[in-house]
Amino acid sequence: MNHDIIAVWLTLRLAATTTALLLGIGTPLAWWLARTRSWWKGPVAAVVALPLVLPPTVLGFYLLVAMGPAGPVGALTQSLGLGTLPFTFSGLVVGSMIYSLPFVVQPLQTAFEAVGQRPIEVAATLRAGPWDRFFTIVVPLARAGFLSACVLGFAHTVGEFGVVLMIGGNIPGATKVLSVALYDHVEALEYAPAHWLAGGMLAFSFLVLLVVYGSARRSAEER
Amino acid sequence: MSTASEGLHARLRLARGGFTLEVEFATAAHGVSALFGASGSGKTSVLRCIAGLTRAQEGFVSLGDECWQDEARGRFVPAHLRSCGYVFQESSLFAHLSVRHNLEYGWKRVPSSARRVVFDDTVELLGIGPLLARRPATLSGGERQRVAMARALLASPSLLLMDEPLASLDEARKGEILYYVERLRDELRLPIVYVSHSIDEVVRLADAVIMISHGRVVDIGPVSGRLEGGSVIDTRVAEQDLAWGIARLEFSGGSFYAPDVDALPGERVRVRIRARDVSLSLAPPRDASFLNVLAGTVAAISDEPGASADVQLDVAGTLLIARVTRKSIAALGLAPGRRAYALIKSVAIDRTSVGYA
Repeated sequence: MNHDIIAVWLTLRLAATTTALLLGIGTPLAWWLARTRSWWKGPVAAVVALPLVLPPTVLGFYLLVAMGPAGPVGALTQSLGLGTLPFTFSGLVVGSMIYSLPFVVQPLQTAFEAVGQRPIEVAATLRAGPWDRFFTIVVPLARAGFLSACVLGFAHTVGEFGVVLMIGGNIPGATKVLSVALYDHVEALEYAPAHWLAGGMLAFSFLVLLVVYGSARRSAEER
Repeated sequence: MSTASEGLHARLRLARGGFTLEVEFATAAHGVSALFGASGSGKTSVLRCIAGLTRAQEGFVSLGDECWQDEARGRFVPAHLRSCGYVFQESSLFAHLSVRHNLEYGWKRVPSSARRVVFDDTVELLGIGPLLARRPATLSGGERQRVAMARALLASPSLLLMDEPLASLDEARKGEILYYVERLRDELRLPIVYVSHSIDEVVRLADAVIMISHGRVVDIGPVSGRLEGGSVIDTRVAEQDLAWGIARLEFSGGSFYAPDVDALPGERVRVRIRARDVSLSLAPPRDASFLNVLAGTVAAISDEPGASADVQLDVAGTLLIARVTRKSIAALGLAPGRRAYALIKSVAIDRTSVGYA
């Protein structure tokens, strides 16, 4: 059970780190996707959505190869004196960010598109500069999108298995996350702790979706 | 133009798709200039270029001594650095802010030393004091436009742009908002550019009119003589007589002829007939060059001071206004209820008085 608590704690830490970093990268990316008329919009949107359709093991396999000692990312991290990323917590964060990217970018993009051009133009005629407009108009009007992005990004990272298995392995405290711990229990026919983990995940996921749909309804009523 | 150095001066060229906008005009230092023209004539594009929301490919925009755009020198001041208020066509209040916070949005962004209006006075001018705590979603269309106008003014603009602020309102609300726009015009000393396709609004509000058609300025100058005193008739093109270059336009009270009407038979066109181009007679004329003779009943005679008066003639439900001398009114014995014939020279209905309905 002690190992399980470590696995749960590691999972939460991974999900929180991933979500925070993804918000930083996903917000400008979603903003660009929502507003650009560039030819690149289609290809970029497709790349962002790839993790939705690819089996996680495919993603994990490529990440393993790329981040390994002979891969391009591995060569880079080694030359920077960082060693290689597979089988480390940092490697898991990188993998999770790619795996959960669409779950953060897509709700944000939809929310930014729904805000539209008009409120931003109005704010410009009221003397608000570009950053001012973004933080005082776009962010508040898109807050339901930010909440969805956080919750879905977090929850999806908590639930990942395939990518972790490929690039993380099973090192307690470093890469052994909840879903891997659950797998181990089942393999060992330890059904009681498996029930605890699985039931906890089920309850957690339900609560998360309840929060998302509840807030979407509230913000719809406010309009 | 002598007022150009104090008012707005704009010269814009914008090509987009198959549409080219190419206009130049100047306004007085205060008062309402109406940008008038049919839908799709480029009025909103002109406003957007002036506000800096759209960048004209070639252009020069200045207000007084301030130059906002001069493409010849590569100068383009972004919208948020122009002291230019903008009232949009439809409700544009920030949904996440209360009325008070909407009003304060622009107000707070102007340093107090640069403010030209007083918060409470502006709120009172537009009669929105009781609404301050409300959310935009709970306001009526007319209330929203009043808040939007106050919000624009509270950013202390030196130019106010209004893009058909009445377009999304019903008739009763239009009258209410027109009243407030008139107050702004009369109580603020700043130039207002007011976009409209309604002659009634232009006649009521504007001092000068800039008529736009297909992206060009076709006429510019004081409203009087251009739009003042006249009637608007919605008609349908009954036939085009290409041999004589003349169209017969049908309406509920009959039909009349107009030259050079740029529309096909069956299309609806709106015609403005200036009061001074209409003569009255008690009997249909014979052997005269008038092509257009419409029978009606005198509905009212205006009684402003002066030698002439406007006679309203009811032609089967459509009001036609004739400007005639009081001497003629007395000689013909015109009075409400009397039968009379309106005589209109076809050439008086020129290209600028015909627009798509």
